Amino acid sequence: MTTMPFEQLEQAYECLAEAIDRTGPASEAVFFTKLVLTLAHQLGDIDLFKDAVAIALQDLPEGAPTTSGASPAVS
Amino acid sequence: MRPEGKGPLESLYFRYPYFEAKQVAELNGGNTRHPVAIVGAGPIGLTAALTLARYGIRSVLIDAKSTFNDGSRATCIARPSLQILQRIGAEQPFLAKALGWQHGRSYYKDRQIYRLEMAHSEHEKYMPMYNLQQQYVEQYLHDAVARCDLIDMRWQSEVTAVAQDADGATLGVTSPPGDYRLAAGYVLAADGARSRLRSMMGLRLRGENYEGKYVIADVRMRHDFPTERRAFFDPAGNPGGTVLIHRQPDDIWRIDYQLREGESEEDAIREDNIRARVQAILDNIGHGGAWELEWWSIYTANTLCLDDYKHGRIIFIGDSAHIVPIFGVRGLNNGLADAHNIGWKLGYVLNGDASVRLLDSYSPERRGATLDVFANATKSTRFMTPPSRGWRLAREAALSLALRHEFTRGFANPRQMQAYTYSSSPLTAFARNDADFATGPLSGSAAPNVKLGDGRYLLDCVDDGFAGLLFCDRPLDQTETAMLDELRSCDPRFTALVIASRGSMVACASIDDRDGAIAGIYDAAPGTFYLLRPDLHVAGRWKTRRADEIGTALRTCLGGTPR
Repeated sequence: MTTMPFEQLEQAYECLAEAIDRTGPASEAVFFTKLVLTLAHQLGDIDLFKDAVAIALQDLPEGAPTTSGASPAVS
Repeated sequence: MRPEGKGPLESLYFRYPYFEAKQVAELNGGNTRHPVAIVGAGPIGLTAALTLARYGIRSVLIDAKSTFNDGSRATCIARPSLQILQRIGAEQPFLAKALGWQHGRSYYKDRQIYRLEMAHSEHEKYMPMYNLQQQYVEQYLHDAVARCDLIDMRWQSEVTAVAQDADGATLGVTSPPGDYRLAAGYVLAADGARSRLRSMMGLRLRGENYEGKYVIADVRMRHDFPTERRAFFDPAGNPGGTVLIHRQPDDIWRIDYQLREGESEEDAIREDNIRARVQAILDNIGHGGAWELEWWSIYTANTLCLDDYKHGRIIFIGDSAHIVPIFGVRGLNNGLADAHNIGWKLGYVLNGDASVRLLDSYSPERRGATLDVFANATKSTRFMTPPSRGWRLAREAALSLALRHEFTRGFANPRQMQAYTYSSSPLTAFARNDADFATGPLSGSAAPNVKLGDGRYLLDCVDDGFAGLLFCDRPLDQTETAMLDELRSCDPRFTALVIASRGSMVACASIDDRDGAIAGIYDAAPGTFYLLRPDLHVAGRWKTRRADEIGTALRTCLGGTPR
């Protein structure tokens, strides 16, 4: 897997924050789901995608359900 | 259900016949053991009786009702089912009345996102799908049963008891002329989703129930749209829900719509609500004209089946054995395949042409088909009736992306019924030979049809028995003749089809493959052999024929050594 240079990740972070603000709370969930499906398609690797889902499920606030204790593989 | 003021069978387009109860031999002291009793004269029981008759086997067919099932119910007949209807000689009235189709459209918020195009070619004799109300399916099959003197049809006869031993089963039957005991070597339970036989035997269906509910409503209207499957996700006419529209003969249109979350079943099926919801949907599709309400029902998706379809001498076929979601049209179509599967096997066994062990392949083959249906239907059902917020969001995201992007459009594919491949069946003994072929039908799969030069189709040339396709570019030699003779001696109904390869002139050929179409579709070369089962599935294939393996394959399909 090729990861992103920090400068680009920073741009992604800004782009995401602005997009969430533009979306508004009513459409937020659909927006995120569309974004993730699109990224999954562009990623083209189901294992990497599952890793990413496991990473995002970690340490959610207020006891949100998470996956089993196993740490996700990150390479 | 029908509109207020109408009788339960008062249809706008179909006259339900009334069938009298019969004075049967058992009521006059007769105690014959019938070879087969079939409980339930729906499409599946009727097809089972006709299949058995094809093999000369007598059956008694009993049904508690005095007429056909009420309502259009299972309206889609898939191509493999037409092939079964042809096998039992009943396809003609279906072709004359049913509406064939190949295409569909899916819409999200009233914009088209997916064009369904089911596989079709000049080599197919039948369309991928036909729409026909179930009453007609029952009527046409019943007409064929009435013409057949091997089938003793008994209406108004209800099964009230069942017992079995090693040699057969006995049913307690209640009918207006009196009660009696009916003895049979085998009983086929085709008595539907609420099977009385199943509950009397203490058997349970196991599996999943899904939350989402659909109303199924038939209306009569003059509406100009081709015979296609239309699916509307979140349309203005049913916000937040899904709508399916199918055309049926006699200007009848099937409108299925998903209930809104929290909408009670009781409210949903009230006539005023049905009319209001249907009107909104018709407004939405631009139908401004008049329409009449014919019939409606309510539906919840389930994937349920028995652990074993065969219990001694009692064998479950159709909905009594499995209940599948309607999305993908597998209820009727898989039931017909059940009926034909057990029909030819029982025919062979009762004629002494196969070992009784052949019957043990019924449950693995047909339950395997059901489990495969579950895998597909579960996916389409989760899409049609998302069970939770997560599934709803994922669907909304996929549909929303599909408005402009190809990559999520596949989610709108209804995954319609395909014939199941019996690759892990005990009858599919030489699946390893598939490795010798680049293409062509896999071992266990339904044999593809091919249009022949003379206007016939390849599968029309096969009789009721097993068949061998032997591809040749020269006259048969002695070993080939001996091999075909041996196969004929194992199966008295065996059909040998010698297919002359392109450019060769083989005098004894059954079929001249002038343009190489058969060899192309079957990936065959001179010397290639295909063994087809009576249900036109591939029992085995050999890129270069091997008489020993081919003989073994046929004997395996006859349950091993005949008794």
